[in-house]
Amino acid sequence: MLQFSFWDILSNLLVATQWTIVLSLIAFFCGGIVGLILLFMRTSRIAPLEWFTKIYIEFFQGTPLLMQLFLFFFGIALFGIEVSPWMAATLALTFWTSAFLTEIWRGCVEAIPKGQWEASSSLALSYIEQMRYVILPQASRIAVAPTVGFSVQVIKGTALASIIGFVELTKAGTMLNNATFRPFLVYSLVALIYFCLCFPLSWWAKKIEGRLNVAR
Amino acid sequence: MSLVSIRDVRKSFGPNEVLKGVSLDIAKGDVVAIIGRSGSGKSTLLRCINGLETYQSGTIVADGIEVGGAATNLRELRRHVGMVFQQFNLFPHLTAAENVMLAPTVVNKTSKAEARATAAEVLAKVGLSEKMDAYPSELSGGQQQRVAIARSLAMRPKVLLCDEITSALDPELVNEVLRVVEQLAREGMTLILVTHEMRFARDVGTKLVFMHHGKVHEEGVPKEVFAAPRTPELQQFVGQVS
Repeated sequence: MLQFSFWDILSNLLVATQWTIVLSLIAFFCGGIVGLILLFMRTSRIAPLEWFTKIYIEFFQGTPLLMQLFLFFFGIALFGIEVSPWMAATLALTFWTSAFLTEIWRGCVEAIPKGQWEASSSLALSYIEQMRYVILPQASRIAVAPTVGFSVQVIKGTALASIIGFVELTKAGTMLNNATFRPFLVYSLVALIYFCLCFPLSWWAKKIEGRLNVAR
Repeated sequence: MSLVSIRDVRKSFGPNEVLKGVSLDIAKGDVVAIIGRSGSGKSTLLRCINGLETYQSGTIVADGIEVGGAATNLRELRRHVGMVFQQFNLFPHLTAAENVMLAPTVVNKTSKAEARATAAEVLAKVGLSEKMDAYPSELSGGQQQRVAIARSLAMRPKVLLCDEITSALDPELVNEVLRVVEQLAREGMTLILVTHEMRFARDVGTKLVFMHHGKVHEEGVPKEVFAAPRTPELQQFVGQVS
């Protein structure tokens, strides 16, 4: 039987951490793009678009991320399309992230005083122009802190991708545990690595939040 | 032909009817002062003229464009109908000049250089040449409101709607804004003002409209109406405010 030293375990976990980071980044950036599109739809005051986004958001916020991963992994396969764990995890996390980001950002857009909409309307700006030049530049300032804060949730959310067989940090931990039978050591290290990824982000989010409060 | 024509306009917020059949004709160069108690519908009427509020029946035609029709081109309408608000509503992330330049560059596709020249011209007109690069937070209320007026003027509107534009100002700042409006009136700008400044309405206005319970209760030449109000409601109102 193979013997694993502490350093073997750690280095294997760190290799897998790369995939956690890659999956997090992709989910966050794709989720951000989808979320921005949804934000425009959600605040457009065009009823069908608003309803669509409302239902979309309710679905992805109101069901467990794990179920969403299963649906993408097994559901798409029902239509005869081969889905890799990688693809299923990316899709599910992107849509899940976009739903939460849209809601966070909608709150920031709604925090902008109504007078800003009325003044820009009166200057003949279209809805897209209002968002682009007046609302989003102001809303994005207040959105930074909660958005960075939410990125922590995305990183932790990627752990669920282990269940459909995507080898990232948590999955690597499970595999190493099966090989070494040292669950406490392995999962402590896994938790520590997650903490090292997440803590700087939440610390940074707190810091910007504080700075914005002072500016007011 | 009148520049703004309002015919039997009715508007309700839920069960509460705030405009109960308002008709009004405003010619080019008119300076119309709309007065009345709060809740009399005067701000709502003003906001209907540039489509910020919808109304249920009647017609409003401004500069040849019917407001509130199914196919109303609100963008075209608002290019010619400017509005200044009680709370200034300047864009806080933009400087005074950028506030003024935004609509000309974005809506009219004017070049940056040309828009900047226009901004310099209209900011000079409101007496703020030296504040072009100041942010709204660095300006006093009176200065902010003058930038807001300049921002509307940059679109070369045919009508300027002013919604209680001095009501949020400290008393000592009211006059600097009124002087700008008076200057515009002298230059022949068509103005529709909802105001509580009775003296200004009397001295600068060419037409006075007293609104009461969602209707035009009395209208006429300001000096005459103020000197001899016909209805008891206006008599009482004038008595209270002056």
